[in-house]
Amino acid sequence: MSLDVIFLKLMSGMGVTVSIFLLTLLFSIPLGLPITLARMSKNKVLSALSGIYISVMRGTPLMLQIIVIYFLPFYGFGINVTAGYRFIAVIIAFSLNYAAYFAEIYRSGIQSIPRGQYEAALILGYSNTQTFIRIVMPQMFKRVLPAMTNEIITLVKDTSLSFAIATAEMFTMAKQIAAKEASLMPLMAAGVFYYIFNFIVAIICKKVEKHFDYYKI
Amino acid sequence: MELLRVENCRKSFDGEEILKGISLSVNEGEVVSVIGPSGSGKSTFLRCACMLETMDGGFLAYAGKFAAKEENGKVVYAPHVELKEIRKTYGLVFQNFNLFPHYTVLKNVVEPQMIAGKTREEAEKKALECLEKLGLSDKAKNYPCQLSGGQQQRVSIARALALEPKVLFFDEPTSALDPELTGEVLKVIRDLAALHMTMIIVTHEMNFAREVSDRMIFMENGVIRAEGKPDDLFNSDDERLKSFMGKLSGN
Ligand SMILES: Nc1ncnc2c1ncn2[C@@H]1O[C@H](COP(=O)(O)OP(=O)(O)O)[C@@H](O)[C@H]1O
Ligand SMILES: [Mg+2]
Repeated sequence: MSLDVIFLKLMSGMGVTVSIFLLTLLFSIPLGLPITLARMSKNKVLSALSGIYISVMRGTPLMLQIIVIYFLPFYGFGINVTAGYRFIAVIIAFSLNYAAYFAEIYRSGIQSIPRGQYEAALILGYSNTQTFIRIVMPQMFKRVLPAMTNEIITLVKDTSLSFAIATAEMFTMAKQIAAKEASLMPLMAAGVFYYIFNFIVAIICKKVEKHFDYYKI
Repeated sequence: MELLRVENCRKSFDGEEILKGISLSVNEGEVVSVIGPSGSGKSTFLRCACMLETMDGGFLAYAGKFAAKEENGKVVYAPHVELKEIRKTYGLVFQNFNLFPHYTVLKNVVEPQMIAGKTREEAEKKALECLEKLGLSDKAKNYPCQLSGGQQQRVSIARALALEPKVLFFDEPTSALDPELTGEVLKVIRDLAALHMTMIIVTHEMNFAREVSDRMIFMENGVIRAEGKPDDLFNSDDERLKSFMGKLSGN
C-alpha cells in the first residue's frame, strides 16, 4: 500500500471520528438536562430511575455498552440490522453514556447556585420554570464549563472505543492498516491526529470559557 | 389603610421554636424598624412575612387579602394564583443583594417587570427612571460584579422599586457593606421614607432607625419585647433593651 493510499484511508477514518465526536456532543449535552431534572425531581420514582440510569452508565465500560447496543436489535428482537446501523449504534451508545456524565456535572452546577438566587426570583414574581430557565441554567453552564471541558477531551479519545464493533473511524482504520503493512506508522499518525484534535478542542473550550468571563458569580 | 397584618406568627427549626408568636400591623406610609440581638429571629420573621418560609402557626394578610391562616392547628396558605397576586404587593431587599450576576444592571431591573407583564419599552423606561433616582444611570450597562457593594445594594433597591410594591422589606440592607458605603444606601432609604414609602426595616443602625422610623420593634428570643415610637424605646427602662442599645452605641 502506498503512502498516499494509507493517508487517504486514515483521512476517511478521521471524518468518522470527528462525526462521532460532534454528534455525541449534539445529543448528549441537551439530553443530560432532563436526566438531571429527573434526578433532582421531588418525584421519588423518577429520581430513583434516573439515579440507576446514571450509575449503570458510569459503572459499566463504555465499550460494553457499545457492543450491547449494536447487538441488541438482533439478539434482543431478532431484527437484522443494516450496515449503516454500526455508526448509529455508536452514536446512541456514546450519547446515552455521555449524557449520564453531563447530567452529574449539571447537577453539581445547579446545586452550587446560592439559595438567594431562587429567593430573589420568587420575590420578584418568577415562576419555577422561569427561574430555572432564566436564572439557574445560564449560571449553571458557566459553572460547569471547566468540568465539561475535561469530559469533552476524554470523549475525543473515547471515540476510539468504537473499534469494538469495527466502525470505520480513525483508530479502527489505523489498526487495520498497521496489521496489513506490519508497520507502526499508521498508529503513530493516528496518535498525532488525536493529539492535534484534542489540542484544537481544548483551545475552543478555553475560548468558550473566556467568552463567559464577562460576569463573575 | 392596613397593608400588612401578621398575627401570632410561630416558626420552629429542628424542633426549636425560633418565633414564639409575633404580631405586627403596618399601615400605608408607615416605616417600622425591627431591632434586636443577632439570632433573635428578625430575619426569620421577615422571611415568614415574605413567604420565603412557611409559618407553623399564625395569620398573614396583605392589604386585607389573607395569605395564610390557621385552621385546626395547621397553617393553610391561599391558593397558588392568589399568592402570586399577593406577592406583587411587596418587595424584599436582601442583606447580600442577590442580584442576578449574569444580567446587566439594566436587565436586572427590566426583566422582573416584563415577567409581570409589561412591554420592553415600558419596563426599560421605568428601569431607567428608577436607576436615575438612585444615581445609577451610568451603571446601566455594567454587570453587578463591576459595582461596589453600595452600588449593588442600590441596584437591588431599584429592582424592587421598579415593580411598584406597596410594602418594601429590608433585611439588614447595610450589614454586608464596608462602613464607608453604608451611608449611600441609608440615604436612599431615608429618601424613600420622606416619600412615605411603607417599609419594614431590620437594621443595626440605631441612629438611622431612630431618625427614619415611625415605630420601632425590639425583638428578643423570638418575641417582641418592646414596641413603640423611637424615642420611647430609646428612653425605655427595660434592662435588656437598655443593654442592647448601650452595646450598639458603644461600638
Ligand atoms: N433555615 C434554618 N434552619 C435552621 N435554623 C435556622 C434557619 N434559619 C434560622 N435559623 C435559626 O433561627 C435563629 C434565628 O435566626 P435569624 O432569624 O436569622 O435571627 P436574626 O436575623 O435576628 O439574627 C438562629 O438561631 C438560627 O440559627
Ligand atoms: Mg438576620
